[in-house]
Amino acid sequence: MTEQSNTVEALSFEEALAELEQIVGRLESGQGSLDDAIKAYERGSDLKKHCQKKLDEARMKVEKIRLPEGDRGVETSEFES
Amino acid sequence: MQDRPTKLLDNLPELSVSELSNQVKRTVETSFDRVRVRGEISRPSHASSGHIYLTLKDDKAVLDAVCWRGNAQRLSIRPEEGMEVICTGKITTYPGRSKYQMVIEQMELAGEGALLKLLEDRRRRLAEEGLFDEQHKRPLPYLPRVIGVVTSPTGAVIRDILHRLTDRFPVHVLVWPVLVQGDAAKTQIAAAIEGFNALAEDGPVPRPDLLIVARGGGSLEDLWAFNEEEVVRAAAASQIPLISAVGHETDTTLIDFASDYRAPTPTAAAEVAVPVRVELLAQVMDDEGRLFNAISRNLGEARTRLEGYARGLGDPRSLIETRAQTVDYLDQRMRAAVMRDLDQRALQVARLADRLPRPETQLAKVFGNLAVIEQRLTSVGDRRLERGQTLLDRAATQLRPEPIARAARQAAVDLHRSGDRLEGAVDRVISDITIKLGGLDDLLRSGSFERTLERGFALVRDDAGVPVMAASETKSGQPVTLQFRDGEATAVIGARSKRVRSRGDAPPEAQETLF
Repeated sequence: MTEQSNTVEALSFEEALAELEQIVGRLESGQGSLDDAIKAYERGSDLKKHCQKKLDEARMKVEKIRLPEGDRGVETSEFES
Repeated sequence: MQDRPTKLLDNLPELSVSELSNQVKRTVETSFDRVRVRGEISRPSHASSGHIYLTLKDDKAVLDAVCWRGNAQRLSIRPEEGMEVICTGKITTYPGRSKYQMVIEQMELAGEGALLKLLEDRRRRLAEEGLFDEQHKRPLPYLPRVIGVVTSPTGAVIRDILHRLTDRFPVHVLVWPVLVQGDAAKTQIAAAIEGFNALAEDGPVPRPDLLIVARGGGSLEDLWAFNEEEVVRAAAASQIPLISAVGHETDTTLIDFASDYRAPTPTAAAEVAVPVRVELLAQVMDDEGRLFNAISRNLGEARTRLEGYARGLGDPRSLIETRAQTVDYLDQRMRAAVMRDLDQRALQVARLADRLPRPETQLAKVFGNLAVIEQRLTSVGDRRLERGQTLLDRAATQLRPEPIARAARQAAVDLHRSGDRLEGAVDRVISDITIKLGGLDDLLRSGSFERTLERGFALVRDDAGVPVMAASETKSGQPVTLQFRDGEATAVIGARSKRVRSRGDAPPEAQETLF
């Protein structure tokens, strides 16, 4: 396990998913102490929530880059195709 | 010659110039309705009207040609002086100038044209520079948060990309609008790639974690901007992973070599860019189910094991009861043993007590002996008295009775004293005997006399079977029995050694009979 010090919130989706798969695999193999198993389950639940949240957050947002006159940085505006 | 031509001329129909020109036009345009001509371009001219005029030539002939505006815009190459091309079109005449010319509909480079050679040279040079090295390739993020798209804001390409992204995994898309064709295209495309990279990580405009540079299909010339060194270098230098999707599957541009992933089409780029959300959701749900099942099974197994061990532990009461029973049993045995031991000792005491001569008997014996002694004393006294009487009679005259009476008195006193001493002696003897009996008993118990026989001693018994303990108890000629460890033999006592103490001094009989 990539250790508990990583709070679930800070993980990217694929990191969270990979760890979730790892935990599931380990739990399914039935290795480790019961305490470890329960801790792993708790973390697995958190990871699952995190993954689902990431997936639920997916919204299409399309913007167009705009280069304002006079240079200095970029802006975005609604994209209409 | 003079006559006939006149006659012939008379017979020919007379045509106007226009009529003839039209006939020529019809003939030419019918016969050369569709032709393919190979030649070198000479003096191309791009008119403001949008038409292109040029001359095709080879080493012997020239052919004027025109490309009308509509076709000119669709040409895959931009005609330039000296280009070797193959043109497809038709021959038409221009009656106003007595000219014929070719109307070009399509134009392609002939053989390995200059552009392709140029392209290959450039590709080789940039490859040598290491721009296309595999080690520079960045892995694409599994799930990008923001995707930057460099393409034309109009047209099918951006719509295809957005549609496919929406279908698979809706994300935040930033479109950097650029021209994808024409002179300005290369600079804009390079600037867009660099612009996305230049965005601050936490600036107002989110920095994309994946770029797509895309363009729809077209001719080599249409796609030319994506072969430009400027664009290729920008793509190679991009810190953000970049997908190139230029033209159709068969088209390859130099940016494809520099990008981290070459997608065959813009739609394919969108598919590579994001996974399918529904599948991920299903996977997460599946993982959740497996997680729950796994922990349930873990707990179930733990519980089963615990119950098994609990059964193995057994009832604590039974453990205690078993031990209590053992304690009771041992207690009983101990009590029985102690009682048996006490009984035995009591029996021993009783036996010893039985063997103890009764003091009354002893006293009676002693008194018996005393009586004998007294009798003997009396008889001695009587004899002495008689003798004394005789002596008295004899010396009656010379002796007075007083000394005799004094002696008698003294004797009586002595007698009394002797009696007292005897009593004391008896008491002492009795206690001695008791002690000795105890010792003997111990001895008897520690080792029977048979054991002594084993060690080579012999037991001497008199004819009554009583053990003979001392030489002093024997008489010469007395028959005795010798018991050895393996049997008995009879013997007769010979002469006694002088060292044997004779029977003690007076009063020996009294001592003897005491035993």
